[in-house]
Amino acid sequence: MEATTLQCLFKPKDYASDQEVKWCPGCGDYAIISAVQKAFSELNLKKEDVAIISGIGCSSRFPYYMDTYGFHTIHGRPAAVATGVKLANPSLSVWMISGDGDSLAIGGNHFIHAVRRNINFNLILFNNEIYGLTKGQYSPTSERGKITKSSPFGTVESPFSVGELVLGAQGQFYARVPDTDVKLMAQVMIEAEKHQGLSMVEVLQNCVIFNDKTHAAITAKENKANNQLILEHGKPMLFGENNSKGLRLNGLALEVVTIGENGITEKDILVHDAHAKSTILHNMLIQMKLPEFPIAMGVIRNADAPVFDHGFTAQIEQQKASSKYETIDDLFVSGNTFTIN
Amino acid sequence: MKTTLESVVIKFAGDSGDGMQLAGTLFTDTTAVLGNEIATFPDFPSEIRAPQGTVAGVSGFQVHFGTSGVHSPGDAPDVLVAMNPAALKANLHNLKPACTILIDVDSFGKKDIEKAGFVTSPLEDESLSDYKVIDAPITSLTKAALADLGLDNKSADRCKNMFTLGMVFWLFSEPLEQTIAFFEQKFKKNPTIGEANIIALKAGYNYALTVEAIKSSFTVLPAKKKPGVYRNITGNQATAWGLMAAAKKAGKPLFLGSYPITPATDIMHELTKHKWAEIKVFQAEDEIAGICSTIGAAFAGNVAVTTTSGPGMALKTEAIGLAVMTELPIVIVNVQRGGPSTGLPTKTEQSDLLQAIWGRNGESPVVVISASTPADCFDWAFEATRIALEHMTPVILLTESYLGNGAEPWKIKTLNQLPEIKPLTLETKDASWRPYNRDDEKLARKWVVPGTPEMQHRIGGLEKDECTGCVSHNPQNHEVMVNIRSEKVARVANFIPEQRYKGKDAKKLLVVGWGGQFGILFGAVNELQKEGKDIAFTHFNYINPLPKNTAEIFSKFDKILVCELNKGQFANYLRAVLPQFNYEQYNKVQGLPFTVKELKAKFNELLEEK
Repeated sequence: MEATTLQCLFKPKDYASDQEVKWCPGCGDYAIISAVQKAFSELNLKKEDVAIISGIGCSSRFPYYMDTYGFHTIHGRPAAVATGVKLANPSLSVWMISGDGDSLAIGGNHFIHAVRRNINFNLILFNNEIYGLTKGQYSPTSERGKITKSSPFGTVESPFSVGELVLGAQGQFYARVPDTDVKLMAQVMIEAEKHQGLSMVEVLQNCVIFNDKTHAAITAKENKANNQLILEHGKPMLFGENNSKGLRLNGLALEVVTIGENGITEKDILVHDAHAKSTILHNMLIQMKLPEFPIAMGVIRNADAPVFDHGFTAQIEQQKASSKYETIDDLFVSGNTFTIN
Repeated sequence: MKTTLESVVIKFAGDSGDGMQLAGTLFTDTTAVLGNEIATFPDFPSEIRAPQGTVAGVSGFQVHFGTSGVHSPGDAPDVLVAMNPAALKANLHNLKPACTILIDVDSFGKKDIEKAGFVTSPLEDESLSDYKVIDAPITSLTKAALADLGLDNKSADRCKNMFTLGMVFWLFSEPLEQTIAFFEQKFKKNPTIGEANIIALKAGYNYALTVEAIKSSFTVLPAKKKPGVYRNITGNQATAWGLMAAAKKAGKPLFLGSYPITPATDIMHELTKHKWAEIKVFQAEDEIAGICSTIGAAFAGNVAVTTTSGPGMALKTEAIGLAVMTELPIVIVNVQRGGPSTGLPTKTEQSDLLQAIWGRNGESPVVVISASTPADCFDWAFEATRIALEHMTPVILLTESYLGNGAEPWKIKTLNQLPEIKPLTLETKDASWRPYNRDDEKLARKWVVPGTPEMQHRIGGLEKDECTGCVSHNPQNHEVMVNIRSEKVARVANFIPEQRYKGKDAKKLLVVGWGGQFGILFGAVNELQKEGKDIAFTHFNYINPLPKNTAEIFSKFDKILVCELNKGQFANYLRAVLPQFNYEQYNKVQGLPFTVKELKAKFNELLEEK
């Protein structure tokens, strides 16, 4: 999606607060905040209409660095706080900033329920597969066998697959982006804001101190072409140098093919349908792993479904229109009352 | 023969499926309309349908009504309705001498009797010889009365509570009209069932009128209440309505974030019916999300409330700390039940007091207030909201199962009679404003909500600089902020009425109560005062901070006795904040309210001591 050339209210930098940013030098968070500011600018968001709600963790310092309304809440609970903010004032643009520990460990319950309800806010999950703020313990997205301070002999548990979890919780918008691609991140965040319902953006974020290069096989410059499949709705699923490779369905499985080999042309390549109601192909894309497959990036799912806050508000309006009571006083004297003289 | 009585306690008891709560409620509605003073106390098992016929499965509804002296649902019943042997067994230890017992003999088969834990039939041995027993074949008479309707066995059986209620109405010379109207309205879509209930009700009434079994009936004259329009209200309903009224007076939408928990859920049920009044009810995924969504709603400018009971309160603890730190106005209602852990979900207790006052990490002061009767839950819910909004602080309102489920007549208030609530909002740009600037009088910060142009700011759980509102780890600043938050709550005392007490001439014994045991304590003290005893009574609704004249009142008495349904939590709190006095305690932790009898015994014991 191309950025519009409409007059922007604010430049990306205008969304920065006066606070000194205190993430570690080289942290992936810097790129994410740039992308968010770029997206806000292109979306023409008024600063006062934005509420950024975060939990606890390195990622969650984010609101302090933005000149919008912000609330740095408690560990695991930003989805619940953001839900209250959105229901209290549905006209706000609500952004939740969270990490893999915050949303998938301590806050797992709120996370899946926010996704299930399809409430209209954007959830940016910084996934660095490690606990940074507590200095290097494994997280619910750390790979099996991961050696960390709290798992000196390797973990004996399997990680969540974030996208599958989102789809399993009835998520209608799921995107995956690397922290190395500000342009793609900004595009995805614009789409997230435009999508009605919960928009979940997983950022593969690099923790330079405790889990450096954990995503490097995917995100490093030299690996980008072959190891990332950047999806766009309505476009064929091509990747590799000069888009020489693509995906097609072989029976019930995906298969990587090379254009020009064995008579394969671009017409044989699957076209991405992010809007499909069915989650089957979206799940298959999410499940793709190196080295057999590239990692799917971009907006993988963007489907329409009833939006929680719309229904919530509509019911109040319906009740206002149809109620037999006009004021609370009417209610208080309704039903069985009796008069003492 | 008719006997006129001052006040009467009736207990309807049966299996939890026998419809005793409905029978009790309908009786209450009729007596209320007749102008009696009323207090009710439903007492039911936590299982929805505990094993039939067992003592564990007995559901009871006690109603106390009369001309005067009704301050509580009453200690022991004058009339017991026992629909089965288990209901009799469960109440046999707590009956007034010469109590009238109405029994459904059809349910007193050999097996039923054994199931209830009787060795021999109480109808045949001596166990009921001190009581007036009315034994009627209620089940078979109900079925016979409904024979022409062609109902299935089960549906006909279900009407026996109305047959019983009919008998009770006759016993107290009360009319059936109100109950008949209820069924006509309730079963508009299923008139056969409505008709069956009405037939059973009339049949019971006529049976009582005709048979020799009932030799006398009673009359209770109406009370001399203040003139006005009244309705019966439970504590939970009154709480919901108080919150609604407060939001209206504050000019903001009401938001409730809550998770179902006994015995608080009825507040959510009530509020969610009234979306027309711009009430937003969010049933969250858990207790934590209940309060966190509430905090979010407060941040975004709604009158934000969460409701819960003890275990849920424990889960909300961390988030209450966040509301303290961010100085957001929220109301947390705790309808207390027996604890710890799951404890006694349907029973009453006052054992969450210290949790409310001190149960958080860090120095985390909140305002704590409590309601004292079912109807005044309205006023205290209103007051909790007022304090939250006018002082920018979380407020914990403690009610209890006994209040939440109990009912009494409420003299209906109108919005015009209620004071305005003035939230500390700031809606236009003020360049000099910082998030933690505060006024000199209350030390409250301003409420600036997202959407306000050019006032963007960030708040959060990290300590903030007193002046700039930015994150600060400065040691001196932290101490300043801790002291400010504490002082802010303490200064609420400047904005609440003085504590009052009853018994201006007394010197010897001051009875101190708080929360929902008001009626019983008041009743007990009142009786002793009438006997000329040297006793006074003061009841606290404001717990933290205490009213400013508390010490002055305490200093007038030789002895102070703190009565509460826990092991002495308010007494210990008073020892901490007003250590200059000696506090004696009277405590009970049985999941039951006090009785007037036991209180009077304790008061007399202390009065007789030197």
